[in-house]
Amino acid sequence: MSATSVCKNGGILPLATIPRLTSAEFAALIKTRLTEGARLAACLAVPEGDGDASFTLYAVLADDQGGDLLVVAQKPQRQFDSLTPTISHVHLFEREIGEQYGVKFAGHPWFKPVRFHAPWPGGSDGWDRDPEIHPLVGDMDYFTVEGEEIHEVGVGPVHAGVIEPGHFRFQCYGEQVLHLEISLGYQHRGIEKMLLGGPWPRTAMQIETMAGDTTIGHMSAYSMVLEGLAGMAISPRARALRAIALELERLANHVGDIGALAADIGFLPTSAYCGRLRGDYLNLSAQLCGSRFGRGLVRPGGVLFDADKALLTKMRQTLEAVARNTRGAIELFFSTPSVLARLEGTGRVTARDAYYLGLVGVAGRACGIDADVRRYHGTGSYLPDEIPAMIEEGGDVLARAQVRRQEIEHSLEFLNLHLSELPAGELRQVLPPLAPGCLAVAMVEGWRGPVTHVGLTDADGRFVRYKAVDPSFFNWSGLALALRDGQISDFPLCNKSFNLSYCGFDL
Amino acid sequence: MIFSIFFHLLILFGLAPLLAGIIARVKAKIGGRQGQPLLQLYWDLGKLFRKRMVISTTTTWVFRAGPLVGFVVPVMISLLVPFGPVAAPISFSGDLVLFAYLLALARFFTVLAALDTGSSFEGMGAAREATFAILIEPTIFVVFIVLARLAGDFSLNGMFVPVKAGFNTPAGIATTLAIICLFIVMLAENCRIPFDDPNTHLELTMIHEVMVLDHSGPDLALILYGAAMKLMISAILIADLLRPVTADPLLGSLSFLVVLIILAIMVGLVESAMARLRLIRIPQLLVGTTLLSFFALIMLLR
Repeated sequence: MSATSVCKNGGILPLATIPRLTSAEFAALIKTRLTEGARLAACLAVPEGDGDASFTLYAVLADDQGGDLLVVAQKPQRQFDSLTPTISHVHLFEREIGEQYGVKFAGHPWFKPVRFHAPWPGGSDGWDRDPEIHPLVGDMDYFTVEGEEIHEVGVGPVHAGVIEPGHFRFQCYGEQVLHLEISLGYQHRGIEKMLLGGPWPRTAMQIETMAGDTTIGHMSAYSMVLEGLAGMAISPRARALRAIALELERLANHVGDIGALAADIGFLPTSAYCGRLRGDYLNLSAQLCGSRFGRGLVRPGGVLFDADKALLTKMRQTLEAVARNTRGAIELFFSTPSVLARLEGTGRVTARDAYYLGLVGVAGRACGIDADVRRYHGTGSYLPDEIPAMIEEGGDVLARAQVRRQEIEHSLEFLNLHLSELPAGELRQVLPPLAPGCLAVAMVEGWRGPVTHVGLTDADGRFVRYKAVDPSFFNWSGLALALRDGQISDFPLCNKSFNLSYCGFDL
Repeated sequence: MIFSIFFHLLILFGLAPLLAGIIARVKAKIGGRQGQPLLQLYWDLGKLFRKRMVISTTTTWVFRAGPLVGFVVPVMISLLVPFGPVAAPISFSGDLVLFAYLLALARFFTVLAALDTGSSFEGMGAAREATFAILIEPTIFVVFIVLARLAGDFSLNGMFVPVKAGFNTPAGIATTLAIICLFIVMLAENCRIPFDDPNTHLELTMIHEVMVLDHSGPDLALILYGAAMKLMISAILIADLLRPVTADPLLGSLSFLVVLIILAIMVGLVESAMARLRLIRIPQLLVGTTLLSFFALIMLLR
């Protein structure tokens, strides 16, 4: 179709070549592509800066079958009609744009603030809040159910466990949850706004802390955007090291998650062992780059740390022992009847709901959605034929745990293969200047799911807009639906089975 | 009489926190951890008793009464229960009814104290506690009837004596079933896995723990001490039935203690080996236990 611009993962498109559609064409095209099997990866608004306060809407769709990324743009407009009633996938993106630029989307059925900040251009926002007063986080109209026997339970933003802040409001009928509304934004740092006019020297550090547990994922995506804009390719050796770090990150988090699930249901052995094993995987990352969370490893142009033969041998030996323990702890978990009885059927998300919400990553694959950046948009070390489909059909806590189990198994094999021999190549090359007036898209399958970054440059090659989408952005809505008609006592378990990022959502 | 009451309470106050310590230690060992010291609960209680209390301004005297009743009741019911070879200081025909309803009184006040805070968490915990208590009570009574009929005595002192019947006789089978029921009741009454998780920090999943979230300092110490004593009394009821028959008081006491410790280890093993039940499955298990206790009764009546 001529109305779309297509590029590969990490590719670049001159802004001038992207056709500007009317809003009807824009909506029709997205809808067609989504029904054909593409997924919405990102949606963003870019101010035109013509003094007219008009915005261009961009949507990035991932076409898994062709391995293509489609970029669609809408003619600059000042007023927008909401697409949410016909394309539910964009519901949160429209709320986000409404908050960032003070744009109202007419006809949006659930138009509420997302992160509770003042609009970037200043002035009035989509909810006509006082521009002089910083909005109070969590201050919005919550959905309420009324009736004699209905009770409301509010959890957070301060939690009993050492986790991030978020507010959860349950409408309950006895133990049954009729509705859960999740209100985040407590961790909002304004990273996207700070990136305007960038990249700056400090940008790398900010990207690494977008979601601290996805340091490698976000940093790799950011580096791919910059490398795309600069028109350079990194060496195979740097690629391999990034892939190793990404899989170590995945292992640490997945193993930790299985342990946390075990702790939630009071199953001690797996809980205790996985807690320790997570530390072992983090320590492997530390052997590679000195940071347990992979900080400072990935940089645009390559990586900063090399792994020589001796280190690789040492890592492989450590991994061998750790992998044996991991398999044992996980095998025990999945072969204990009381564990399976507890997990099965808890927090079920139907495949239909998963599709309409656009669930991604582990949560999406647990509902049978065969989407994996490594599998369909893989670059470098991730050759497409290496990656199997790691999906489950159940959509419940058990399915999400089993997707993790499959991924742990795959990551262990992947590391075993790649730790034996690294390809040659320069660690880090100098980044040429960024191309002006271009758009670059990069996707990386982080441990939660696809991390999507989109960068747009102005005439000087500086960022006129930078958009980062953490998988949590899609999946929080999935958690809310998983609880619907469920038991309120199952919430902690469901929450742990999604294990979404608060700061990755809040940015 | 006064001396025997004093002696009974000395055993209770002295040993109750140790039992909880043994369970925690077993769980830690199986989880591959070192675990807390066996006597940790004694130190915790000492620490809490020295602390100040924070009391919400929305609460009334009921909030203070909850922990107090929760502490006094286990002390009172312990006087009705024989501690192995040490006979119960107070015993009369029909004291088993007093035993059961003193327990209910403690629960009544814990639930009221939880509701008194007005917190939605504590309200949920109170609702759960009340619901499950209703389902535990029939089991306790049927088991008591079985044991009373076997012993031909309506006092706990006469009922909880070592089993003499062979295991292949109807009386032996009935006692075995009663012991299994008592073990499940012990786990349920004392909020152990698979019913509740005493170690969880997740308020939404708690039953008992969530009801005492707002208590602090000496009040919390009373609750913890009361819970430890209740656990010990539940275990003693089973140990009374299982301890070997012997005339020697010293040997009897020692073997009774060993059985008690084995029971604590078994609780630790159960908690290590299985996951918690879903909350909606708990009534099924409790009703199943009641049915089991009825089978025990049928064995005796046929």
